[in-house]
Amino acid sequence: MLAKRIVVALDVRDGKVVKGVRFENVQDVGDPVEFARRYEEDGTDEIVFLDITASHEGRRTLMSLAERVASEIYVPFTVGGGIRSVEEIRNIIKSGADKVFINTAAVDRPELVREAVEVVGSANLVVAIDAKWNGRFWEVYTHGGRRARGLDAVRWAREVERLGAGEILLTSMDTDGTQAGFDIPLTRAVVDAVNIPVVASGGAGCPDHFYEVFRIGASAALAASIFHYGKYTVRELKEHLLRRGIDVRLD
Amino acid sequence: MIAVVDLGIGNLANVRKALGGVVTSDPSELRKADKIVLPGVGNFGAVMRKLEPLRYVILDSIESGKPFLGICLGMQLLFEWSEESEGEGLRVLRGGVIRMRRGGVPHIGWNQVHLVRNCPLFNGVRTGSYFYFVHSYHADPKDHEVVVGLTDYEGYLFPSVIWKDNVFAVQFHPEKSSRNGLRIMENFRRL
Repeated sequence: MLAKRIVVALDVRDGKVVKGVRFENVQDVGDPVEFARRYEEDGTDEIVFLDITASHEGRRTLMSLAERVASEIYVPFTVGGGIRSVEEIRNIIKSGADKVFINTAAVDRPELVREAVEVVGSANLVVAIDAKWNGRFWEVYTHGGRRARGLDAVRWAREVERLGAGEILLTSMDTDGTQAGFDIPLTRAVVDAVNIPVVASGGAGCPDHFYEVFRIGASAALAASIFHYGKYTVRELKEHLLRRGIDVRLD
Repeated sequence: MIAVVDLGIGNLANVRKALGGVVTSDPSELRKADKIVLPGVGNFGAVMRKLEPLRYVILDSIESGKPFLGICLGMQLLFEWSEESEGEGLRVLRGGVIRMRRGGVPHIGWNQVHLVRNCPLFNGVRTGSYFYFVHSYHADPKDHEVVVGLTDYEGYLFPSVIWKDNVFAVQFHPEKSSRNGLRIMENFRRL
């Protein structure tokens, strides 16, 4: 059986791992390859690198990060943050990343999704969606959570699936940084709307939060803080999930 | 020395690191190698065209009894044909490559390999261990005795490990399968 995946997110700025709490107040916490290696040993299924400098400081390439990680690490990893062109996507994949995610650029020009898929294939292209409840619907935000786009996240999820995206990385801005649990209503709405895998993100605080989000159909769940600050190891989390009947990889 | 065949389709640095040896597309280096690893991603026909100049070097190596490991598309290329595109594979094994008949494609993620018989590649690896898969097609061998491992994707069983004499092949990516994948590569290195 296909295992549910535990994904660790590493926010990277100027080549260093940082973690944003509600996308602000970042602090330097370490070397990306070292972190990735530690998480691989701990049983992480996948690592996501988000370059948080990229969007607003116009940095265009994550190739060197992808190359370094690909040479050292033996689990799949995804890279994103500020990526705007098919060219960049192709180069990052060639450098050794397993997947690239795009966010702002896809909202700005949805055809980019289709064009990227034609070049690198669905399996390699993830669309990240940051969403926040506005009282009527979950609204899509771009530019690292700073700009509301008036777009319904559930409809946008359907649209990116239609355009060929292989996976959706769904972050709830309402729950991100709270450690009070994943955004179950939002995740359920998106999982029910699409057939491609959905990675739930934002709000993980304890092992049962992962159980809840897998139960409603998320294929993977992403977290950062609870692992970075040593609250739980990935292994402890997986042992808990296995006891509760969730298929996870534990060797 | 192990030669990892480089078809210019990705970063093979971690495969090289795990196996030692060289990453090359130079026929004379491949000829000198004690073992050949053929990794692969992409389209069957397109990659086979790139591989064409190396076809006989690889076939000679296999025929002389040197260990060979095919990874992902590198496994599929050992067969005669593929539903993915026109053109012939290396024809080392009888049978073809077919699209997953059930389940969403691509089949992507960590899935289990159930061993149906012992294989030196899996020394120290338990049956039911997880490996990382990304593919839409899989081998459909004519000779069932070459199948060593099976994987269940939404109730659909397909051959994920093949072994015949000195030829080994896996549908998953050992270079992305953490400890278990490293073990497989280590076992191949030690053959």
